[in-house]
Amino acid sequence: MRNYDFLGYRRENGRVGIRNHVVILPLDDLSNAAAEAVANNIKGTLALPHAYGRLQFGEDLELHFRTLIGTGANPNVAACVVIGIEPSWTGRVVEGIAKTGKPVVGMAIEGQGDISTIAEASRKAKEFVQWASEKQRETCSIEELFISTKCGESDTTSGLGSCPTVGNLIDKLDPLKVTTCFGETSELTGAEVVCASRAATKEVSDHFMQVFCAYQEVIERHKTSDLSESQPTKGNIAGGLTTIEEKAFGNLQKIGKKTKFIDVLKPGEAPAKGPGLYYMDTSSAAAECVTLQAAAGFVVHLFPTGQGNVIGHPIEPVIKLTANPKTARTMGEHIDLDVSGLLRREMTLDEAGDKLIHVVLRTCNGRLTCAEALGHREFVMTKLYQSA
Amino acid sequence: METHFIVHDKADTVGVMVVENTAAGQELTGWVMETDETIKVKSLDAVPLGHKIALRDIKNGDTVLKYGNDVGRAAADIGKGHHVHVHNMKTKRW
Repeated sequence: MRNYDFLGYRRENGRVGIRNHVVILPLDDLSNAAAEAVANNIKGTLALPHAYGRLQFGEDLELHFRTLIGTGANPNVAACVVIGIEPSWTGRVVEGIAKTGKPVVGMAIEGQGDISTIAEASRKAKEFVQWASEKQRETCSIEELFISTKCGESDTTSGLGSCPTVGNLIDKLDPLKVTTCFGETSELTGAEVVCASRAATKEVSDHFMQVFCAYQEVIERHKTSDLSESQPTKGNIAGGLTTIEEKAFGNLQKIGKKTKFIDVLKPGEAPAKGPGLYYMDTSSAAAECVTLQAAAGFVVHLFPTGQGNVIGHPIEPVIKLTANPKTARTMGEHIDLDVSGLLRREMTLDEAGDKLIHVVLRTCNGRLTCAEALGHREFVMTKLYQSA
Repeated sequence: METHFIVHDKADTVGVMVVENTAAGQELTGWVMETDETIKVKSLDAVPLGHKIALRDIKNGDTVLKYGNDVGRAAADIGKGHHVHVHNMKTKRW
């Protein structure tokens, strides 16, 4: 067997990261300004501003906490400073992240204002970033890797080339005990029965159908005339995709030909059944999906694109691949792997899968993805319903 | 020999164009991935890269097959060699 070892950062809880970020994490929209000021003060730190965190309740609030805690806990993060408007919810996020054993501290703005908070948080961030900068990469085994996938700006070349390439990688790495994840509930519409047949057990299959049907109810409740303006998107249609069913079968190529999924995860929920392929209930909007997968602890992302989605994520590197020769030519700076040779029959699927594994390992070893080099840091929280 | 379009499954009623510039009236070569067969279809429209071409006559209301599966219905009669897209094909969902 080939050597698939890579150089990663082993964290306090044993999990392996491929990046070494010190994150300044705002609890809520009000704390973005302070978080961004700290990241500006202390070089090598990264603020993750977002739009929510106030007056959320119920399952939506739980998802907010799960996403923030999961993001801070992700092994690509060495240490974390949490800033919130008030201490109680801030403390809840700090406690959640602290369970990993990594350095984390929280600051609340109420009662002292932005300037004092920024000063205190900056001192802590400086300490963390200097500490993290001494962390060394070490040899890690492929079964310590957590890989997520989602496709975007898909076209028919996605189903022909780039999605099957990811599928080939998953079929090759699943027996090596890699943990992988796919999602995109709405984009399985039309292929849901085939998808359900890929569950490892009847229980998992039934659970998947339950989640799928719940999503269809949301769509039925909110749709206007139909969903054809959003699914497929204008970009999908320009690329030749006509219906959601056609898009769904292309999407499903990402899970390969034989790998079975072993569990159904809630949005942002960490896998708990050991190595294998997981399905996560997510939106099909690229940044929402990747943000949820990163919050579940996935450290590297595979993103097949047809027409040329440019997405990245602040802490989970996004590797983009395309089989569309025009996209590879006109948007080359966004494409980490060009598999358009599949369409010209110059490359076999087996070769494309091997090339992708090679790109993944180089990325894990530290090579920046196109999205990282271009500064794409899309961090988008999923919101389930309106706030109180 | 250049491959102009690719077909996922032998049962499929549409193929996908994988080259950028073909003309109406051109004799096109296709590759069926499932069976590794080569087929020929004369295009009756200039079908763009990534778009679908009908591999046989498809009647209004017929199920369109791709990946060997149901991916929607024809919304008009579509002759073999014609462009298949939103103008003559619709989802069965939503």
